[in-house]
Amino acid sequence: MNPKLEQIQQATRRHFIKHTFAGLGGMALGSLMNPKAMAKSASSLAAKPSHFPAKAKRVIYLHLTGSPPNLDLYDYKPELVKRDGQDCPAEFLKGKRFAFTSGTPKLLGTRRNFQQYGKGGLWLSDAIPHLHEVADEICMIHSLNTDQFNHAPAELFTLTGSPRPGRPSFGSWVSYGLGSENADLPGFIVLISSGVQPNGGKNSFGNGFLPPVYQGVQCRSSGDPVLYVSDPKGIDRDLRRRSLDTIQELNELQANEYGHPETRTRISQYELAYRMQMSVPETMDISKESPRMLEAYGAKPGASSFANNCLLARRLVEKGVRFVQLFDWGWDFHGTNVANGVGEGLLAKAATVDKPIAALIKDLRDRGMLDDTLIICGGEFGRTPFREGRTAASKILGRDHYPDCFSMWMAGGGVKGGYSYGATDELGFGVTENKVHIHDFQATLMHLLGFDHERLTYRFQGRDFRLTDVHGKVVHDIIA
Amino acid sequence: MKTQNIAIPVFSLLIVASVPAKVDFNREIRPILSENCFRCHGPDEDSRKGGSRANGHLRLDTAEGAQMDLGDYSAIAPGNPDGSELLYLVSSDDPEERMPPPREGNPLSEEQIALLSQWIKEGGNYDTHWAYQKPIRPEVPKVSHGDFRLDNPIDHFVVEKLISNNASQSSEADQHALARRVSLDLVGLPPSAEEVEAFLRDADPNAYARYVERFLGKPSYGEHWARMWLDLARYADSAGYADDPPREIWGFRDYVIRSFNENKPFDQFTIEQIAGDLLNQPTLDQRIATAFHRNTKTNSEGGTIDEEFRNEAVVDRVNTTMAVWMGTTIDCAQCHTHKYDPITQEEYFRMFAIFNNTADEDRKDEEPILALFSEAQKQKRSQIESTIAIAQKELEEKLSHPDHRERRQQWEEELYSRSSWQTLRPEFNDIAAVSKAPFSINSEGVIEIADNARPQDTYTIKIKCSPRIQEITAIRLEVLPDKLADLGTPSEWVLNEFEIRRIGVAQTQANDSESDSDEKEASSPAKFPKLKLHNATASFEQEWYPVETLHDGIGGERFSGWAVKGSLNTPHEAVLEFASAVELGESDSLEIRLIQNFPDKKIKRFRISVADEADPFPAVPLDLATVLAKQAEVRSAAEEKDLLALFAQHDPGSAKELSHIAQLTEELNQIRPTTTVPVMRQVTDDQRRKTHIQFRGSYFDKGPEVSQGTPAAFHPLPQGETPDRLDLAKWLVDTNNPLTARVIANRYWEALFGVGIVETSEEFGSQGELPSHPELLDWLAVELMESGWDIKQLLKLMVTSATYRQSSKVTPATFERDPGNRLLARGPRFRVSAETVRDQALAVSGLLSESLFGPSVNPPQPDFGLKAAFGGKTDWTTSEGSDRYRRGIYTSWRRSNPYPSMAAFDAPNREVCIVRRDNTNTPLQALVTLNDPVYIEAAQGLARKMDSFTGDLPAKIRYGFQESLIRPPTEKEVQTLIRLFRDAQDRYQQDPEMAKAMATDPIGDIPEGSNVADLAAWTVLGNTFLNLDEMFLKP
Repeated sequence: MNPKLEQIQQATRRHFIKHTFAGLGGMALGSLMNPKAMAKSASSLAAKPSHFPAKAKRVIYLHLTGSPPNLDLYDYKPELVKRDGQDCPAEFLKGKRFAFTSGTPKLLGTRRNFQQYGKGGLWLSDAIPHLHEVADEICMIHSLNTDQFNHAPAELFTLTGSPRPGRPSFGSWVSYGLGSENADLPGFIVLISSGVQPNGGKNSFGNGFLPPVYQGVQCRSSGDPVLYVSDPKGIDRDLRRRSLDTIQELNELQANEYGHPETRTRISQYELAYRMQMSVPETMDISKESPRMLEAYGAKPGASSFANNCLLARRLVEKGVRFVQLFDWGWDFHGTNVANGVGEGLLAKAATVDKPIAALIKDLRDRGMLDDTLIICGGEFGRTPFREGRTAASKILGRDHYPDCFSMWMAGGGVKGGYSYGATDELGFGVTENKVHIHDFQATLMHLLGFDHERLTYRFQGRDFRLTDVHGKVVHDIIA
Repeated sequence: MKTQNIAIPVFSLLIVASVPAKVDFNREIRPILSENCFRCHGPDEDSRKGGSRANGHLRLDTAEGAQMDLGDYSAIAPGNPDGSELLYLVSSDDPEERMPPPREGNPLSEEQIALLSQWIKEGGNYDTHWAYQKPIRPEVPKVSHGDFRLDNPIDHFVVEKLISNNASQSSEADQHALARRVSLDLVGLPPSAEEVEAFLRDADPNAYARYVERFLGKPSYGEHWARMWLDLARYADSAGYADDPPREIWGFRDYVIRSFNENKPFDQFTIEQIAGDLLNQPTLDQRIATAFHRNTKTNSEGGTIDEEFRNEAVVDRVNTTMAVWMGTTIDCAQCHTHKYDPITQEEYFRMFAIFNNTADEDRKDEEPILALFSEAQKQKRSQIESTIAIAQKELEEKLSHPDHRERRQQWEEELYSRSSWQTLRPEFNDIAAVSKAPFSINSEGVIEIADNARPQDTYTIKIKCSPRIQEITAIRLEVLPDKLADLGTPSEWVLNEFEIRRIGVAQTQANDSESDSDEKEASSPAKFPKLKLHNATASFEQEWYPVETLHDGIGGERFSGWAVKGSLNTPHEAVLEFASAVELGESDSLEIRLIQNFPDKKIKRFRISVADEADPFPAVPLDLATVLAKQAEVRSAAEEKDLLALFAQHDPGSAKELSHIAQLTEELNQIRPTTTVPVMRQVTDDQRRKTHIQFRGSYFDKGPEVSQGTPAAFHPLPQGETPDRLDLAKWLVDTNNPLTARVIANRYWEALFGVGIVETSEEFGSQGELPSHPELLDWLAVELMESGWDIKQLLKLMVTSATYRQSSKVTPATFERDPGNRLLARGPRFRVSAETVRDQALAVSGLLSESLFGPSVNPPQPDFGLKAAFGGKTDWTTSEGSDRYRRGIYTSWRRSNPYPSMAAFDAPNREVCIVRRDNTNTPLQALVTLNDPVYIEAAQGLARKMDSFTGDLPAKIRYGFQESLIRPPTEKEVQTLIRLFRDAQDRYQQDPEMAKAMATDPIGDIPEGSNVADLAAWTVLGNTFLNLDEMFLKP
């Protein structure tokens, strides 16, 4: 073989192996044909130099699909309780559009009891008792607001910065910025519970125009956790290794014959695939956890619950996965049936997440990982301080979609614990203090991860795109 | 060819840049200005900075702006670099004054500054952006042959550039490689063994051209190229957004395949898709073509505002049209004037206006849709239709006979006077509303309910009718405008939208005084022991809100209730007949319930009456009521005919004929279309929408109204009336259009060579890359137009060029100099598309189904056990029989859940128009082709072919190898594969269970007489072939 050619190829190979710790377990975009794109992909596959020291190195994002009722969980409004059942004042309805309410609805005070918890005195309702115990880890934002009041657009807005499908998701941006810590596992993993996909479908964890290497890999709760990760029934590990050796041997011949680096890349990708076949099932197997740990989360091997997913999230970040995104369906509390009423429905639903979330926070704290793991929890918008129109006459209480103010919380990852930021008016109709728009929230998350949201960009169709579109201001006050 | 020696940015890796003798604005200066300056000093007035505010700040995208007097200086002083402020600022070391400011970008390089300086020295002249100048056919460069193969003009352009870069052409690829390459490129499938053999044997100098012709003529050609077009058309089998419901639109996919196979001229193909419905007497195919722009998403999530998402669809149509035909990203101009290219926000909405008048409205049912019937069905339908026409005509004639006339006149009078209806006059206490809102009743029997806040309500009227009325056959509800019967003229009548969900009528005993105060009870139609009603008629019915739903819940979930939007501010009536006459005893009461579940769509003024005759009069449709009021002599023929039809319905003497017609109509309706396709349909003139500029791109934040038009930077639309979609379509393929032909030629080039002549095939504007071979691009563009937009001709030209036929092997020298092959000194070698990965595996295994067209199919995919948000299951039922093995183009494309194995190979979800797919190389791809049961099955198919091939072990291996990779293996390869076979065979002989799984799961039982361990070992070999790097790459 020509020594010069070999040198180039070896250099390319080393280059790929060295710089491919991104997204999906170190994959390389070797087949992008032109030098500029090649240069671009090579640099994009390594972690980007951060703009500031990062407070958080990984993220667990708990998305409660449908949007939990902030007024029954986090944002305590005694005045609203007092005025329960009264007509909603016209000033709050003027010029506004709601999904399922027209006319004059009735104010709805929470039926839950609120108290202050922890040293920080965070107000929390009795629907989430386990969270009381970790109140001092929680940084609550009450003053979020968004532009959208239908589920799919609002969810995409929260997770991709645009209400329309097609932009990269937050997790993709993070993988793009931070790369992966473990070449044998995907860098961005998605876990779904309660049997329904997110509102935005796969777009809610999609890569948009970023290379597909940054998309969220959706893990399944039964069968192969990652698609096609198991060998077919007729092949065992030895035989797979044996056939892989032949594939690699023949590919080497091709690499020598044609001299294309892409062939070398494929050789290394097949090796990575082989290693993923080992590491993915191992990591996804929660039966290896102690009974005590399973009990703490309320997890059961074999189930497909939010509790299992919280435990998996911890196992994954522990193995170096950068971004774990959980979606849990069933938080759209309209009150059209008992399960989605803010009475017993909310209590039952909250019980499925309360214990595992508290366990996750404690577990990470015990392992010394909470400081640099950012946990985020919330929905896509808020819920009205009044009863929803469709169900106004029903015995079941429910709330409509509401974009003007809502609460989300974070924990770990460099945010202030036991801290509450922003405020809404006494009835919960509008932000009165420290407004945080979704784009501001996203800018802040990026900041915590060490990136200036205006500078972590990707050129597409002649324009530099970013998660925060052309908006967003970092909320420095919540950073520890 | 003065520019040939100039180092352009694309090649800066190849040649050290030096300042040329004469600077070319478009090649050297515009990219610098666009990248570094236009964002704040470009076309967008609102974000423009610097200069003087009075003059609209400083702009550097026009000579006028750049040379404007800014006091005692200007940004650019022609001929005078030292006097040009721009040069001073870009060279400054002071971060306070340096341009671009540190926050906006990096400082310019010394090279860039030198170029700017030279350009200013030479006069600082501007030129229209290259892609906005109409292409002119350049002369084909004369190249001295030397060692170069010059098979057609393409080679002349390419070779000229090779020579000027001191590069050489690669030798021609070997015949096997060529046979496979061109087959994969033209039909997306490998050639058959016979085809390859015939090609190798053909000694004729035209053998290759003949081989190419053969592939261009295959039906699989259209299937392959449709893939690219469907990405552009964002074609999918689902409607998108949260629930992403299935959408039937595959008729469009088949139209695209047909059009490519017919080699429909590209201009015609364009016009049909943008405006086929506006052509004179459009054919069915031309109307199906308009589904191109019905591939936009529809949002069916509850609580969404249809107008918002209709608007989104129109935005998508504007953006997609500009991307597909003109390689222009226009999206930015939706919210603000484009920052780099001369397209204003107003111009954006002028294009929007052209698309803003189609009848689709983000409706769940996807109307307007076109029903498509098979040929046999069409014949049957037209036969029935003509029988119906004859029967109707006969009936009409019969009724026009003098014998019938008198009867009819009497009927008309009664109908007009409505004398048979007896108004019910309930007492105040007879009425109750769940809302407890008070009622009033006037002397005419008009009931009026007071305003109240409750969005939904149910009214119950309980009235004792006897002894005045002893028997009733029908009940009538009149919904009256606010001012009727008081004062005012019809123009002042106000009747707001209403929707009545159900009407229930019960016969109760007078002393039955229980009443449901609970709304849930009262509003539940099921709980009310009502009398059976049928034959509902109404003065008007809003589409999808038919009056029939008022009784037994006909229509199921699709319909809600009776509503009349579209005919408001006028009285309406609904008549419901009782299935059998109701006899009212002395102590009996009639209880009537009006259930209104839809928020704030309640009726306020109404009147109820009953009829007691055997054949009660129907509600008179509003238009007929007007006709009735006219004297017979002044009615038009059409009006007379309508009235006759109504009479016939209620004339016992016509029953026989009518039932015959009804039976035929039913027969006609029983013929279900094979499919339906959503299409474009222009709204009627009175429904035309006005288009306004939308501030910040928000559909309810409206600015000034705009008229239809296209951006002024391009050639003008034909003069004349208001431009419509047809004018726009013609404008796109006008020979004066500077972009379309270049964009299309470039796209086909990209498909074959991996990179376009313009690398950014999606962006030809200021921010796009410059063409690597500008003259070649222009030559191809003009050639395309002058050939009559003949795509097959264009492809033939490209694949028969010596450039295309080069070997794709890399030498150290060529790779180091040009890793991206922008000089075209070697043949293309890159990974095939997701669909081709699949199709190829199925083809070499012998499993591929060759059937064309039809509904999309569901090949095997793993289950996720999930549902879509507000929608159905995301898992599907696997298609049976040969539908498991159809080409990838027929795989159901669900946007929120793209077929996972194709998504792994960069197939997009087609939410929006995709101009260029990624081409990646990942471990997830390895997992697909190693382990996906689809690929295991293909390996098993291939295994059975090898096992049954006559010959010894090496011969079988050679055969399998040749079938897969279309070349004979080397001896070394054969030996390696023999060793694998032997090892696998050994292993399987020891473990029959595992062997059986490998040989049969999922393909099925082994053929009689074969050995399971052998078949399993062959499957391992098949799996190996399907995973070789060479399988994925064009040779």
